[in-house]
Amino acid sequence: MFDGLFARGESEKPRINRAPSPVLARGVPWLTVMLCSMVPGWLLIASAPVLPPFGFLAFVAWVQLRPGLLPIWAGLPLGLFDDLFNGQPFGSSVLLWSLSSNLLDYVERKLPWRNFLTEWLVATALIAAYLLAGALLAHLDGGAATASVLAPQIVIATLAYPIVARAVGTADRFRLRPIMVVR
Amino acid sequence: MAAPVNRRFGSSRKAQYSTFFGYAAGVLGAILGAVLVIVSLVNPDAFSGLRSWAADAASPAAGVTAEARSAGGNAVSIVSGFLQTGSRNAKMQRELAEAKVRLVEADAVREENRRLKRLLGLSEENAGTVTAARMTGSTSAGTRRIATLDSGRDKGIAPGMPVRAPLGLVGRILDVGATSAHVLLITDGESLVPVRRARDGVPAFAQGNGDGTLRIRLINLGINPLKKGDMLVTSGSGGLYRPDTPIAMVDRVLRDGAIARVLSNPGDADYVLVERAWAQVAPAPTAAPSTAPPTEAAAR
Repeated sequence: MFDGLFARGESEKPRINRAPSPVLARGVPWLTVMLCSMVPGWLLIASAPVLPPFGFLAFVAWVQLRPGLLPIWAGLPLGLFDDLFNGQPFGSSVLLWSLSSNLLDYVERKLPWRNFLTEWLVATALIAAYLLAGALLAHLDGGAATASVLAPQIVIATLAYPIVARAVGTADRFRLRPIMVVR
Repeated sequence: MAAPVNRRFGSSRKAQYSTFFGYAAGVLGAILGAVLVIVSLVNPDAFSGLRSWAADAASPAAGVTAEARSAGGNAVSIVSGFLQTGSRNAKMQRELAEAKVRLVEADAVREENRRLKRLLGLSEENAGTVTAARMTGSTSAGTRRIATLDSGRDKGIAPGMPVRAPLGLVGRILDVGATSAHVLLITDGESLVPVRRARDGVPAFAQGNGDGTLRIRLINLGINPLKKGDMLVTSGSGGLYRPDTPIAMVDRVLRDGAIARVLSNPGDADYVLVERAWAQVAPAPTAAPSTAPPTEAAAR
């Protein structure tokens, strides 16, 4: 949806002697993940977990799109922010996002050549494990929920991942727009 | 681009150290997360202040999205009403739903009166409404069912207060910030509401299932008297929830209870009412919801 908008903006503006803004180039991944952590709570008042965990999806998408752009310890601050809004036992996102970050780094070292299908498969496994582990932690906290509640959410999150990855790709192009004049 | 298999960045000590500390910090993050989880499992209220502060900070944006959500919902219902049989049909259906609930309430009041006449001497105080608030958000991506209100301590809300919508009970206040509050919805697995059948007062507990339904557990075991379509209202045991607030309708009968459908879908309720805890003293600790401290019921 935004592709045309940004592509036109890029082609019309002069690109010679321009460089991306370092603030945008560094800050956009963090800001988009934080925004995605907050968004599901606003979309609807749900009586079952129906929305995918957008924050986690965006985090995985950024790490898969640009390995090394978000440091391995990024799961700590971003998970902490997600924990403020997710209603799970506090710290569950810090734990699970940090583990995912380490795991994705391992996968990246073992499978340097990947295509979209393998990335989607890895993301699917990770999302399913994330949602199950989150439900387990919430269960320990007293909020019992049956597995039948989780199955639809896993399917929805798996199908939403390519869309989120696409949006992250758009944000990546926005991040690297040459807007600073270089002298 | 494929990364090099060997990740040692030459002989630069600085690059090696920064790589090493990156990994160490990654593992440290996981350990810190585990510690935080354990702390919050042992003491669930440990971080509620932090969360209330975050909800306060996000409440302007949440309010805007709540407006948009309600406007969008209205647009959808107008269009769908027009496409079906006109907006009047939708309005009449809503009135019918409310009338059905009123009917159940009236049944419950009649039952209540009969019982009170038997038990003359038990006095009851009128539970006033503290404030009306808008639901601005909920944890729609997690298994816990917690919603956010756009009013907090500034409107006199305190933890433990019951929350209801026109159609029935919604939940109770979990923690309160300056301008926002978290509501534990009745469909959450941690929520336990003492209920009774509106018709004849068969007592039971309603526990959340996490998927929008309630698990009804009968207090008196034996032959299960519940039938599909039975209306359930709060019984007032424990003193937290005011008696005879409609809550759910039995959907499926099980061997030792039932699965019930909640009457007030929190997604449809634009505004909710926060009420005072009902009784002056919580009499039966066994009947009180597990996490609500009795002092809050008494502090009114």
